Amino acid sequence: MDTVEAPITSEPASATPVTTAVSPAFDRTAPWRLHPGVAVRPEPFGALLYHYGTRRLTFVKDSTLLRVLQSLEDSPSVDAAMASGEVPPESRTRYAAALERLAATDMLVLHDARTDDEHQTARQKGDP
Amino acid sequence: MSATAPPRNNRLADQFEAGLDAPICLTWELTYACNLACSHCLSSSGRRDPRELSTEQCKAIIDEFAAMQVFYVNIGGGEPTVRPDFWELVDHATASGVGVKFSTNGYGITPEVAQRLAGSDYVDVQISLDGATEAVNDAVRGAGSYRLALQAMGHLRAAGFRGFKISVVATRHNIPQLDDFLRIAEDHDAQLRITRLRPSGRGADVWSELHPLASQQRDLYDWLVVNGEHVLTGDSFFHLSAYGESLPGLNLCGAGRVVCLIDPVGDVYACPFAIHDTFLAGNVIADGSFATVWRDSELFTELRSPRSGGACTSCEFYDSCRGGCMAAKFFTGLPLDGPDPECVRGFGEDALAARDADRPVPRPSADHSRPSSARPGLPQLPVLSAGPPRATAPAAGPPVKPCAEDPLAGFA
Repeated sequence: MDTVEAPITSEPASATPVTTAVSPAFDRTAPWRLHPGVAVRPEPFGALLYHYGTRRLTFVKDSTLLRVLQSLEDSPSVDAAMASGEVPPESRTRYAAALERLAATDMLVLHDARTDDEHQTARQKGDP
Repeated sequence: MSATAPPRNNRLADQFEAGLDAPICLTWELTYACNLACSHCLSSSGRRDPRELSTEQCKAIIDEFAAMQVFYVNIGGGEPTVRPDFWELVDHATASGVGVKFSTNGYGITPEVAQRLAGSDYVDVQISLDGATEAVNDAVRGAGSYRLALQAMGHLRAAGFRGFKISVVATRHNIPQLDDFLRIAEDHDAQLRITRLRPSGRGADVWSELHPLASQQRDLYDWLVVNGEHVLTGDSFFHLSAYGESLPGLNLCGAGRVVCLIDPVGDVYACPFAIHDTFLAGNVIADGSFATVWRDSELFTELRSPRSGGACTSCEFYDSCRGGCMAAKFFTGLPLDGPDPECVRGFGEDALAARDADRPVPRPSADHSRPSSARPGLPQLPVLSAGPPRATAPAAGPPVKPCAEDPLAGFA
């Protein structure tokens, strides 16, 4: 199509079983937030996330995951956001894994870690 | 492409075939005016159109993008930086939260401009370069264009602009230079972008001389499989997916579904490569708004409805390539529901050979070429070899996925 240029990720949170364990580095009790350079556009299938710093486009194909993402801003932890987003307890490992992948691509950042370093990362345009 | 989340291209394609409320991004050619006269220009640019949208009209369109949450717009031309209000429009877009990536041949990239660009998160720059050497580049883009591009790239590098794009249209003369392009990109802290040559605009006149040979298509595919993680393609090579695994990207024709083109006079076409009345959906001024055209035009409604694969339906690779590029078929005079002219199984060549000589091939609806750019033909360049034949080179014949030979391939 020649115009969707961003690196593309998709996050079908509940559609596919996740076999990889959540690494200890992703702390579900910590306050994660959407990166300030990320825009969220709700769509019938879920949402599009676009990171202006890395120029990465991510498709969220799950309305529950979108609810969790929207809850992060006002939640003290990922676990609390999943509770607000009405994620059933048995699904939370899977959703946490999806959030961890978003963190790995800089879509999510730790609330108390928005340092100059983070900003530098965002400056490296198209450099995922 | 994330290593942790394998793409589910077909499923995404299913989601997008019905279209989105707003494009993910779109291409906007701001002017048909250009300092160059590239032989393959997809928009037949050269002279400014007197009906070109005014600054205020452009700003109103940008405001609409912001309201529709269009994340970013690809601005091109022509050479967009020749518009006196170009930087004013870029500033208006970024202040509105609409990211800008603009394509340039280097014309407007002074050291001062490069400094300014390096300071913005919301602006990206794409320099066009169609040869890794002056000879190969200038044969297509014109004398002096290689030096102009390299000079602009040098300014961006010196300004510390990391990750700007170097955009290459793949031709039979530059496919042997893919590794050289990669090195040039690395030298400039830039990212390489390689896209497909379309027979659009003036490209129709040179397509048969420039488009990759069948063997080069395979080389290109193999190269993209190895290097695709770090190279952008604009999703333009999805017709090559029939060789095997899908290349990174959505792998579908997004025309009118997730992308479109707005031309300098506000006409909205289904895609940047389809400047022809057949693919004209409306006009942002005459129809009142861009949103009206995007959401309600008859053409886009039709493009978003299920399409027939026609002659390709029975092909076992149809799910991979989906019949290829609509514009490539149209401007080579092939039916839209048949094979792409560069079908990797060779059906496109058969279809080209079987064209009815009495049926004229469609010409672009808008031609802004300067009279001087009507040239007798391309300078002749030798087709360079990519090196010694690989020991594992597949035998001539249709490409074959493992599953085409063995229905249990991958399960054993």
